[in-house]
Amino acid sequence: MTTALTVPRVATATEPPRRRNRVALSWVATHAVGIALGLMFLLPFVFIVLTAFMSTNQALTAELWPRSWHPGNFAEVFRKAPLFTYLGNSLLYAGLATLFMLMSSVPAAYALSRFDFRWRNGLFLAVIAMMVLPPQVTQVPIYLMWAKLGLTGTLWPLILPNLLGDAFSIFLLRQFLLTIPEDYADAARIDGCGEWAVMTRIVLPMAKPALAATAMFLFFVSWNDYYGPLLYTSENAAHWTVSLGLAQFRTNHAVQWNLTMAATVLMMLPVIVLFFFAQKAFVQGVTLTGVKG
Amino acid sequence: MSGHGAAVAPPVGATRRGPFPRRATRSTGEQQRRFVLLLLTPALLGMLVFFVYPLVATVFFSFTRFDLVSAPQWIGLRNYRYFLHEDPSVWQSVRNTLWLTAVMVPSRIVFGLVCAGIVTSVKRGAGVLRTLFYLPALAPPVAATVAFVFLFNPATGPVNQVLSWVGIDGPLWFNDPSWAKPGLAVLGLWTVGDVMIIFAAALLDVPRDQYEAASLDGANAWQRFRYVTVPNIAPVLFFAVITGVIAMLKYFTEAVVAAQVASGRANHGEGTATTLGYPSGSTLTFAQWLYQEGFTNFYLGYTSALSVIMFAVAVGFIAVLLLRSRAFVHGGAA
Repeated sequence: MTTALTVPRVATATEPPRRRNRVALSWVATHAVGIALGLMFLLPFVFIVLTAFMSTNQALTAELWPRSWHPGNFAEVFRKAPLFTYLGNSLLYAGLATLFMLMSSVPAAYALSRFDFRWRNGLFLAVIAMMVLPPQVTQVPIYLMWAKLGLTGTLWPLILPNLLGDAFSIFLLRQFLLTIPEDYADAARIDGCGEWAVMTRIVLPMAKPALAATAMFLFFVSWNDYYGPLLYTSENAAHWTVSLGLAQFRTNHAVQWNLTMAATVLMMLPVIVLFFFAQKAFVQGVTLTGVKG
Repeated sequence: MSGHGAAVAPPVGATRRGPFPRRATRSTGEQQRRFVLLLLTPALLGMLVFFVYPLVATVFFSFTRFDLVSAPQWIGLRNYRYFLHEDPSVWQSVRNTLWLTAVMVPSRIVFGLVCAGIVTSVKRGAGVLRTLFYLPALAPPVAATVAFVFLFNPATGPVNQVLSWVGIDGPLWFNDPSWAKPGLAVLGLWTVGDVMIIFAAALLDVPRDQYEAASLDGANAWQRFRYVTVPNIAPVLFFAVITGVIAMLKYFTEAVVAAQVASGRANHGEGTATTLGYPSGSTLTFAQWLYQEGFTNFYLGYTSALSVIMFAVAVGFIAVLLLRSRAFVHGGAA
């Protein structure tokens, strides 16, 4: 309603000086607060990395800057804990979960975004409900199913369900796919293209960034997961992921903060590196999760 | 949401979308229907196996006494009575969860909004700031929590070190029952990036001319925020509240890891409960107690009752979310 009052923007130069000063002042204030906040977000990382390079004795003091640098701490972490096993398990979990999710969830999201059928909206609402339902609610029967199959103690109960669709990925892919215009697909149909070819040759190639972003999401979620591996593998250390190993690290393998921080850095690093490679697609994905009602 | 069991019925009458009228012959319509069903089959199966069935089974188990060894035995409402009157820890976990919800949901939203406001109003370096603000949200929760227990460790941690420079005697944080939850809340603020990104996108969508019109009408900064920004981003704020509450309902990892690392004792593997809620049960959340009763003590019937209670709380919020989702179900991408 207020738009009716819109007047072309007055050039800044003609504004009274007091107003210009206020604009300048708010510019400085915004940037100062921004920089200060940015530093506060960054500082924990700085302290973690600095401590990871300290000697064991210095890490037990209140000093913040390493007196001597010990990059050997990172190698020491691998000697203290079976980190390669943990990394391998995490990669297995995150990698296979992501692969399976793509196989099952891309078709479902494609159907939800591109065809009209009677139960489509109900189905989509069910996907949202599954996505937000706390996993604890359905945990007991699901755990019992895997126990009957003899798969508790391994990571398979976390990997295999992705063959039958992942609600969050279906939701995200559907939101992405809706942004791709249907015109090309219709043109292909007129040229006699079958539905399978329309999907695999026309629409999905155009959706590559979306597929990449969704895959990254699920990879991160699985890599970061603690609840799932704790539930299924806590009794079986051979199947522990990095998140379980790190949570135990200080208590099982070392009381040294420098090694604990080195292990922490090692767990954060892959995620952060991956993020920098695909930042744009990833941020767009996060944005799409912010559903407008 | 088991009412959506209807959703597993085969999709009937599939037609393609698009500008062209349905001049497809009967056989291509039939083909398309089969194609859609084929696409949806894995997901429909998944819905049945991992959603509909476990929901029903959980409700059934909640009326039974049940461990992994013997078959479930019907005991009526006994589990629920135990929850109400006898369970020594559950109410503490409820209080802790309520505390975390009351503090973390609003503070994360306000702080996320402030950060989003800054990221969207700086002209230079917005990309760098956005990355900086977002990075902690990306850090694996276990790693972030381990790091926080170190940063806030009372004796030598950098946080109390910095506080002492300005003459403040820092608290014991994760080792003090009254400061452990505030410590978790600070961790929640550090990882506010996911909320921030969503808010930033919403702020950029607010029509510029509405701000200009409000300015011409003499609205000050607060009034512009209150009467232009808030109504425009209201749906996103609403979504953040709902998902925030649900996140607190299942709040688990940070609390478990903080207790474990701060106490310096192992929790899983040995199956001991010495670190549960450390210090003094102050970080014991409802989700944690549910896990403990179910998968450490194997009171599967009782833990199913706790699951039903969690579901009852969640379902209200989920229902509101679904009702509000109507718009974007039809309206396309966010």
